[in-house]
Amino acid sequence: MRLRYLTLTAVAFFSAFPLYYSVVVASRHNSALAEVPPPLLPGGNFFANVARVFDTVPFGLALLNSVIVAGSISVAVMFFSTLAGFAFAKLKFRGKNAMLVITVATMMVPAQLGIIPLYMLMVKLEWTGTNYALIVPALVNAFGVFFMTQYLSRALPTELLEAGRVDGCSTWGLFWHVVLPAARPAAAVLGMLTFMSAWNDYFWPLVVLSPDNPTVQVALSTLASGYVNDYVLGLAGTAIGTLPLVAVFALFGKQIIGGIMQGAVKG
Amino acid sequence: MSTLPLAVTRRRGQGMRHTLDVRVSPYAYVAPFFLLFCAFGLFPLVYTAWVSLHEWTLLSETQTFVGLDNFTTLLADDYFWNATFNTLSIGVLSTVPQLALAIWLAHLLNRRLRLQTLFRVSLLLPNVTSVVAVVVIFSQLFGRDFGMINWVLSWFGVGSIDWAAGTASSHVALSVMIMWRWTGYNALIFLAAMQAVPRELYEAATLDGAGNFTQLRRITIPMIRPTMIFVVIVSTIGAMQIIAEPMLFGQSSGGGGGIATGGPDRQFQTLALFVYEQGFANSTFDFGYASAASWLMFLAVVIVAGINFLITRRAKGGLV
Repeated sequence: MRLRYLTLTAVAFFSAFPLYYSVVVASRHNSALAEVPPPLLPGGNFFANVARVFDTVPFGLALLNSVIVAGSISVAVMFFSTLAGFAFAKLKFRGKNAMLVITVATMMVPAQLGIIPLYMLMVKLEWTGTNYALIVPALVNAFGVFFMTQYLSRALPTELLEAGRVDGCSTWGLFWHVVLPAARPAAAVLGMLTFMSAWNDYFWPLVVLSPDNPTVQVALSTLASGYVNDYVLGLAGTAIGTLPLVAVFALFGKQIIGGIMQGAVKG
Repeated sequence: MSTLPLAVTRRRGQGMRHTLDVRVSPYAYVAPFFLLFCAFGLFPLVYTAWVSLHEWTLLSETQTFVGLDNFTTLLADDYFWNATFNTLSIGVLSTVPQLALAIWLAHLLNRRLRLQTLFRVSLLLPNVTSVVAVVVIFSQLFGRDFGMINWVLSWFGVGSIDWAAGTASSHVALSVMIMWRWTGYNALIFLAAMQAVPRELYEAATLDGAGNFTQLRRITIPMIRPTMIFVVIVSTIGAMQIIAEPMLFGQSSGGGGGIATGGPDRQFQTLALFVYEQGFANSTFDFGYASAASWLMFLAVVIVAGINFLITRRAKGGLV
């Protein structure tokens, strides 16, 4: 029993330490990196380093872009996933089971392999360099649909829908007045998961955006690559660009983890 | 009873509309997903095959059909095989210990435990951290002269390792980053499956005198096999597509080389990075060649995932 706690504590330590250490380095001067032993406590240079980040890359613009992109994707994913989840969980239609299986199967498609035609498509649509290229392909995804299907088939009583029908609700009316309110807890978790993954997305934004109109992650990679060995700068950017999200996660961790684990139990 | 007058006054046309509503709405509701997937998922994947049969660059307006030329060139390209080797090596180094550790951690968490939430949240912290942040942070930790990892190793008499420079050492460093980010996530997936295993099985096993490890081997693992197959396949597909880590490691470790070469000697260039180099980082923007590489990579993904599927399905309790 004691060994169990010891192991888990050690794992928790190794999970958290790199994040803590990044703050330590981000709040120091580059010269501190050469110290032996390495510094283990934060210094007083954090805001000066953050100011350098804003001087080096268009970080304000990057934050704005990331908020717009991750925000719109989250709202859209919550909406369309609930809509499709409602259909899969509670409506009768021909081909339903096959379509649900296909939906789950698409999660296994290595989408990154289509990156070149996807880029060509964006060139055709004249979306390269714009947020559309990030938002539109991500408006809904298989995970979200599956997640909401799971939740609604478990948590939404069919009697409630039948009662709505008797009262003369159309299908859309049912969705709007019955399903959406009932779906709120799961949709909130899905929204947070989606926001985090959209915020952290790196490769596709790198391909399709230009460095002068970046998202946070693209700006961070510019920081890390442009200045060889200026780790302090890179980590200061990391600290303001990703740690707020980590903090939010720590706050809502319980709900988010519950969501991930529910999504994992395959029906 | 209050609905009766409504039904009586309903005109014929409304009945039709009702039927239409019930029949058609479900398809309309699932349509956004399928439309989006076809446009931005399926179409690019299929179109890759078409592009791969052409001499096709971003710079030229015309594309010439060249049959399988891109593929034959590719099979003779040492850089391609180097990238294949690196992908498999990093894939094995990061996935195998990761999944074993994840199962073990899930097993440890699958009890009544104080601080349960705290442990779970901390396990998932790395997964919430962006890949850019992970690589920037770990490049510093893996630094040759002033990195904390070399400092700790020096207590044991290990000299300064230039992690990014060697093939094996860079693969280990990258695997550590990947493991750090994904072990906790997979542990929670396993934990979810383990919680569905009936408690009585463990109670009976304890009465029969079976120890902790035996219970893990004989009860837990056989019972969560479907989840294991799922996780192994998903991890394999993920591992075959690793790109951001080597790309960023090449930039922030300061070892030189281009953005997409995976180190100056291509010591950690993965297949996905090779595709990116050919298509976007090379001055030729050779979409045809890159698409051919994509397709061979797809083949590799299917083969490796298939092999792992068979192994996982057949594995008896003694997998770990």
